[in-house]
Amino acid sequence: MDAAIPSRLLFTDSDWDFAKLSRTYEAIEEIAVDDLGLDTYPNQLEIISAEQMLDAYSSVGMPLMYRHWSFGKHFLYEAQLYRKGLRGLAYEIVINSNPCIVYLMESNTMALQAVVTAHAAFGHNHFFKNNYLFRQWTDAGAILDYLEFAKSYIARCEERHGLEAVEAVLDAAHALMDQAVFRYRRPPRLSSEKEREGLREKLEYEERTYNDLWRTLPTPKNEEEAEEADHGAAERKKKLNLPEENLLYFLEKNSLVLEPWQREILRIVRVIAQYFYPQRQTQVMNEGCATFVHYTIMNALYDKGMINEGAMLEVLQNHSNVVFQPSFDDPRFSRINPYALGFDMMRDICRIATDPTDEDRDWFPDIAGNGDWRATLLDAWANHRDESFILQYLSPALIRKWRMFVLADNASESHYEVASIHNERGYSKIRSALARSYDIGMSRPDIQIVDVDLLGDRHLRLEHKVKDGLLLDEATRDQTLRHIRSLWGYAVSLAGVDAETGAMLYERSSNQITD
Amino acid sequence: MPSFIDRRLNPQDKSLGNRQRFLKRARGELKRSIKEKIRTGKIADADAEHAVPMPARGTGEPAFQNAPGTGRRDHVLPGNKEYQAGDRIPKPSGGAGGSGKAAGDSQETEDDFRFVLSREEVLDLFFEDLELPDMVKLNLKEVVAFKPRRAGFAKTGTPTGINVGRTMRNSYGRRIALGRPKQEEVDAIMAEIATLEAETKPVAATLQRLAGLRAELEHFERRRRLIPYIDPIDIRFNRFDPQPLPNANAVMFCLMDVSGSMGEREKDLAKRFFVLLHLFLKRRYERIDIVFIRHTHEAREVDEETFFYSTQSGGTVVSTALEEMQRIVEERYPSKDWNIYAAQASDGDNFANDSERCVTLLDKTIMPLCQYYAYIEIIDERESHIFGSTDNGTSLWRSYRMVGNKWPNFQMTRIARPSEIYPVFHELFSRDSNLRKLGTKAR
Repeated sequence: MDAAIPSRLLFTDSDWDFAKLSRTYEAIEEIAVDDLGLDTYPNQLEIISAEQMLDAYSSVGMPLMYRHWSFGKHFLYEAQLYRKGLRGLAYEIVINSNPCIVYLMESNTMALQAVVTAHAAFGHNHFFKNNYLFRQWTDAGAILDYLEFAKSYIARCEERHGLEAVEAVLDAAHALMDQAVFRYRRPPRLSSEKEREGLREKLEYEERTYNDLWRTLPTPKNEEEAEEADHGAAERKKKLNLPEENLLYFLEKNSLVLEPWQREILRIVRVIAQYFYPQRQTQVMNEGCATFVHYTIMNALYDKGMINEGAMLEVLQNHSNVVFQPSFDDPRFSRINPYALGFDMMRDICRIATDPTDEDRDWFPDIAGNGDWRATLLDAWANHRDESFILQYLSPALIRKWRMFVLADNASESHYEVASIHNERGYSKIRSALARSYDIGMSRPDIQIVDVDLLGDRHLRLEHKVKDGLLLDEATRDQTLRHIRSLWGYAVSLAGVDAETGAMLYERSSNQITD
Repeated sequence: MPSFIDRRLNPQDKSLGNRQRFLKRARGELKRSIKEKIRTGKIADADAEHAVPMPARGTGEPAFQNAPGTGRRDHVLPGNKEYQAGDRIPKPSGGAGGSGKAAGDSQETEDDFRFVLSREEVLDLFFEDLELPDMVKLNLKEVVAFKPRRAGFAKTGTPTGINVGRTMRNSYGRRIALGRPKQEEVDAIMAEIATLEAETKPVAATLQRLAGLRAELEHFERRRRLIPYIDPIDIRFNRFDPQPLPNANAVMFCLMDVSGSMGEREKDLAKRFFVLLHLFLKRRYERIDIVFIRHTHEAREVDEETFFYSTQSGGTVVSTALEEMQRIVEERYPSKDWNIYAAQASDGDNFANDSERCVTLLDKTIMPLCQYYAYIEIIDERESHIFGSTDNGTSLWRSYRMVGNKWPNFQMTRIARPSEIYPVFHELFSRDSNLRKLGTKAR
């Protein structure tokens, strides 16, 4: 049958098999590398069932993860939504690792598998390998080994110290995950397996040779007191590297009540939070890049006669579902669809590079009409995160096309105010407002450790810089403070300080919180 | 070249450990849900999967979050139709809801989110404060065992299950019916051909005979080829039906005093007592009927709903319930076909001289019919230490003691807490092996 058709079609029906997948992969790879100039990690494509997709969902998309009750809870949610038909499952999951792991759902048709391969195995993969955030902050080659270590380490802790004890530490650590990343300075590299092994051996040696007698030795009191007097608050802070934005890091290094294994667990949670941090900052770009890549590649395949009209129609239908953006007054509207925004921006950059208007030349003098959209996009993908990308590339043309407007919402007023619309006066304001909304540093509460007197009452002081009057939800704030207290072991207090005026807005101490 | 890995056959249930941890975490709340289910549901439904609401307490995942109704935010929205800069739009009266939606966090409501607990998980939660011995828990959770039993023949099956006798019989019948030449007949012809061929000077008659024989041989052989010795249609396999063990019916009588003195707590305890007996019986018997008899000064058979929930006023005459039970047994459950179990719950009140009558009824007519009779007297928690182990008590208690002494399958206990229910069944569970024999009597 196939031999009778002298065509270059990669497949003609909707069922997939491994031969077709492989053939299609090679055709896609040719376009991705030769035409688009993508640079990817080697791919490992894994076929999984719906059940396994749900498993992956509940363990934050990772192929292996330590055990915790919250993952069980999420699994129940996802499974229930899926069984009720409220939510379909993703066609794929892609993991930022080397080799790059791409999960393909077994229920996808062949045309969908082709889209997904182009989308994940080339689009996302290229982005992971080349974007500066991922290059600087994640170690794709080590993450799977690290997770393997984390899983077995926590399992060993559960055996040695009991489920409850491990659970208590994990609960507290998870509560602080948002405050467990270094935003400004480069984190220390993941220590290699060898180093960790050495550390563990050292700890085990100390445990073996521990002698309670040493504890009873009298401490040289006078000397200590003298030292304490010398240390002014400033010097004290400097010694502890305060203020510190990474709460888990501080607790891991400085808490006086944690056992070594508890510190290691905090470290595991912190490392995983840091690993995911770039993904949260590049949603629009990452999805935009992948969607643009699959759209371009599938069209190229169709133009070369390698997929037929039927497959192309299916591709286009799925593609338009993915990039569907309802208006704000549509009942289906929940938020700006990152796929839609990202894809439209990539297309817009192509347009500006190849066919600019006078307006584009005013706004984008360095890329307008340079004719090389491939290089322009590769450069944007490598060197931006969502916030800077939008600030740099959102064009007035796209703002008009989307008919974007800014709605100012002041909690103290009974109405919203339309602050800017898509006109000359509004373009740059809309652009910076949209960019700001993708800045995680702005949308996440900024909470730092500012002071602790380790030799005095050991009271841990946190400061919340209140921006734009955004206060914390009180119930979760108190519960989270209680978690910090359990890790720190001594009193903890959180002060809310207005970021502009420096005025104290509230103060909450763990002593005030009762069950 | 990519590497493809087919993960579909990997071990399933990767998140089972997480599920167990979650259930453990939410145990208190789930237990309450299950208890409520069992309290409001039917006795026979206790032993099944149950959908329960997502527990909220203890399963929150707090983090520092901005409170929705505070501060100043800018929302960028697509699809402007008529707004100009400076337009004011009144906020929806929901307040926080409106801004929350605009901010784009679609929070799932936890209200009617339910998930399904498996039968094992339900029973684990149900057993928790009944303090059953582990062995008993295990026995109750065990699914009824099936034993394959010969049940005639089937046309399909596995080669190992071929029934040779039946297959050969079919083959033989078919061979006779279709007239398949036998081996002896063929042998005889071949022998005759051989002798005729051996003749040195064959006469014409012999040659003719020889030709006839050869034609006949050829005919025979063709027939033998066409009609096989064993045809696929002859083949029969042994057929097995899964047979639950033991294969018998049981009827369970629930007797309860519903006079005013039985309050919510008493009925709740009684219900758990009935559920436990039902679980035990369900494991033993393929079919269980439940009969509910409630009584005040008169007894009536009612449905489960009425039994637990409707109230009735009146005095207390226990013997009426026993008489009703006796009547129903005679009418519908002849003791030669049914294993009869009875469970009675009461607060011990009885009309003055009626206890004597109860003893007579039990002793003469009911106990000979019953496999087991369990009686619980529900007492106040404050009284439990007074009555704990003494034989003092209500007239009904004292009278039942006499029955209990005489009949080993009569068990009684006083309970104030769920953990005290089990002892009344102690005999039932420990005499498991004996009962197995008894249970099969009414085959």
